[in-house]
Amino acid sequence: MTASDTDTPQMLQTVDGKPLKQALIAAQARNKRRAFLLVLPLLVFILVTFVAPIGQLLLKSANNSGFVETEDFSTNIKTPIMTNLAQWFRDNPHGAEIDESAYAALAADMLVLKEERAAGQAGTRINYELSGSRSLFTKTARKANKLEPPYKEAIIDIDEDWDDPALWGVMRSASSEWTDSFYLAAVDRYRDANGDVQNVNENRQIYVKLFGRTLILSLLVTFFTFLLAYPVAHLLATLPLAKSNLLMIFVLLPFWTSLLVRTTSWMILLQSQGVVNDALVGMGLLGDDNRIQMMYNQTGTVIAMTHILLPFMILPLYSVMRPINPSYVRAARSLGATSWTAFRRIYFPQTVPGIAAGALLVFILAVGYYITPALVGGADGQLISNLIAFHMQKSLNWSLAAALAALLLGGILALYWVYDRLIGIDNLKLG
Amino acid sequence: MKLKTALLATALTSVAAAATAQEITVMSWGGAYTKSQVEAYHKPFTAETGIVVNSVDADNPATPIKAQVEAGNVSIDVADVEFSDAVRLCDEGLLEEMDLSMLPAAPDGTAAEDDFIEGALQDCAVGNIVWSTVMAYNTSNNPTAPDSIDDFFNTADFPGKRGLRKSAKATLEMALMGDGVAAADVYDLLETDEGVDRAFAVLDRIKDDIVWWEAGAQPPQLLADGEVVMSTAYNGRIFNAAVAEGQPLEVVWDGQILDFDLWVVPKGAPNAEAAMKFVAYSTDTQRLADQASWISYGPARKSSGAMVGLYSDGKTEMAPHMPTAAANLGNALVNNFEFWVDKDAELNERFNAWLAN
Repeated sequence: MTASDTDTPQMLQTVDGKPLKQALIAAQARNKRRAFLLVLPLLVFILVTFVAPIGQLLLKSANNSGFVETEDFSTNIKTPIMTNLAQWFRDNPHGAEIDESAYAALAADMLVLKEERAAGQAGTRINYELSGSRSLFTKTARKANKLEPPYKEAIIDIDEDWDDPALWGVMRSASSEWTDSFYLAAVDRYRDANGDVQNVNENRQIYVKLFGRTLILSLLVTFFTFLLAYPVAHLLATLPLAKSNLLMIFVLLPFWTSLLVRTTSWMILLQSQGVVNDALVGMGLLGDDNRIQMMYNQTGTVIAMTHILLPFMILPLYSVMRPINPSYVRAARSLGATSWTAFRRIYFPQTVPGIAAGALLVFILAVGYYITPALVGGADGQLISNLIAFHMQKSLNWSLAAALAALLLGGILALYWVYDRLIGIDNLKLG
Repeated sequence: MKLKTALLATALTSVAAAATAQEITVMSWGGAYTKSQVEAYHKPFTAETGIVVNSVDADNPATPIKAQVEAGNVSIDVADVEFSDAVRLCDEGLLEEMDLSMLPAAPDGTAAEDDFIEGALQDCAVGNIVWSTVMAYNTSNNPTAPDSIDDFFNTADFPGKRGLRKSAKATLEMALMGDGVAAADVYDLLETDEGVDRAFAVLDRIKDDIVWWEAGAQPPQLLADGEVVMSTAYNGRIFNAAVAEGQPLEVVWDGQILDFDLWVVPKGAPNAEAAMKFVAYSTDTQRLADQASWISYGPARKSSGAMVGLYSDGKTEMAPHMPTAAANLGNALVNNFEFWVDKDAELNERFNAWLAN
């Protein structure tokens, strides 16, 4: 080496004279591009079939279009509605007196509603929060071209409900493009005429309670599946392979059977004129008049869901228990541990990753369960997903359904985060 | 060369023929009800016009209509929906408007507008049947036969479980009628808070004895299994279980709630023209009368009433099983759709909260 070499070290070069570092970077970038191109189809698939539709539905939970624009579905042309009133709300803060200028704006908007035939749509949006508003809108829009100043008297003359400050509060929150009112409704709250958040009337509070019940029943189901699955998985893992494979069929067979068939079987078994009650009455353990009600309530929901979700607990437990070397427990025993101590200190800790995986799987599936509680839950065994389905299919209030679903999703992600902090997601073993 | 031209010509004409063989898709509620429509409407329509009718079913056709039209991908041409859904979907601009002049007059020349029962013709919908929610019971496990709606809410004299539809609609009205409120006063009372409280108080009386159902096929099953002794049900389903399947079920017409089903055409239906033809054809006097021989729902045209004959078994007289038969209308309520589109959200929320407590 010469002195100049040590001062400015000669860069390593490839055969064709490029600096090695650059050549490496270029090669790596090429590889990265190639790898990216390989996963690109999957990425596009996930974006199109998963992220986009879910994102769009979640957007509905905060988007407020019903009172802002109307769409002609054959031409896809959107026409803004209620523009005058929206302008009045922008010019006048919360608590401003609802004066003649507000009613004039309303009268102008009613004309547009009549022309666009959008009164029912705008009324439906307000009706979600204030019962009776739909007919108020359709009735007033029908007479819109007969309205003359002073508008306040003319409109209140059509229906005195227009004088209700709560109605103007709802219209204010509905006339901006984004709203939190569906999220408030999803936690049994609403915004009053002054814009303050209030609890809804006690006899209408339901969602918070159902979120709580969903959480408790799901934890209960997770606990019961764990109790039942642990010994079964242990048996499967310790039996000779030929026998355990045969027993495994009994675990997998119901797993492969349709969910509906299994739920209906439970109905046949547990209903008050069902097999179990008939057997108990037949044996003289129960009187014919006081048959046990095991179906159409929470008991039925927990029993059926525990059975249906059992394989999701057994399989991860089994896959973790199978490779555990039996000589560990034998060594503990030969060193003087009682069988309980050997189980508690040696065997059980090795199965924790399986428990963690099974519990997470069962819990997440249970939280979103819908068909089983719908069929066997009766009145008090309903979960939050049943109310989401109700708003999707019956009341057609998709925005509220989306808000409930978003809260459920957020709640699960939060629980997952807690779980990760407590147990650690790398401790999880699915197989 | 000549052969080639000939082949080409045949190919072209067959393409043209295939293009004229039109199809429409009609969505309905399934079961015995769809069957009655296939027999009375679809088959003769295809025979007469050559337009093939594909029949598909949904739990409530209003839901797929909303989804399809909003997504701009409509595959349904005609759908059978409930009254309040027809009004709501029309309001939201999801339905084609009906040209009522296309509807044929009655055989005696009465114009369609006068021939249909009041309310059956709407801006976007044409009524086809009148159905009703009735109370039904199993004759084999009721020692004394209930004969009025009051008995449904009287577990002291009529012990046993009750089946009720898990929905505020019809349930609240029945509760009030079961508490002695006359049909004419029911909706006035339900407009008030006291009226709603009273309805829930009546339901409280039997809350522990209620088995809730959701699909129309459930109540006949619950009754036949002995799981409940009485249930509310759609009258056609009970008729089918009793007459076609020989179950010991009986209808109590007192306190029945009448409702319409209507044909609607979703906005942007792929074959809207043929769909309108189907709506006009299937709601003429003869077709509506024919349907009644397959299921016990009343025709929406007055002129069809006299033409209703025997059930398809050839011996059961259908007229007494119609919800619109004079003898069955003694204490009957007509569902007030305006009330329900207004109050649906509030009352169902309260109903769900009441259920969960």
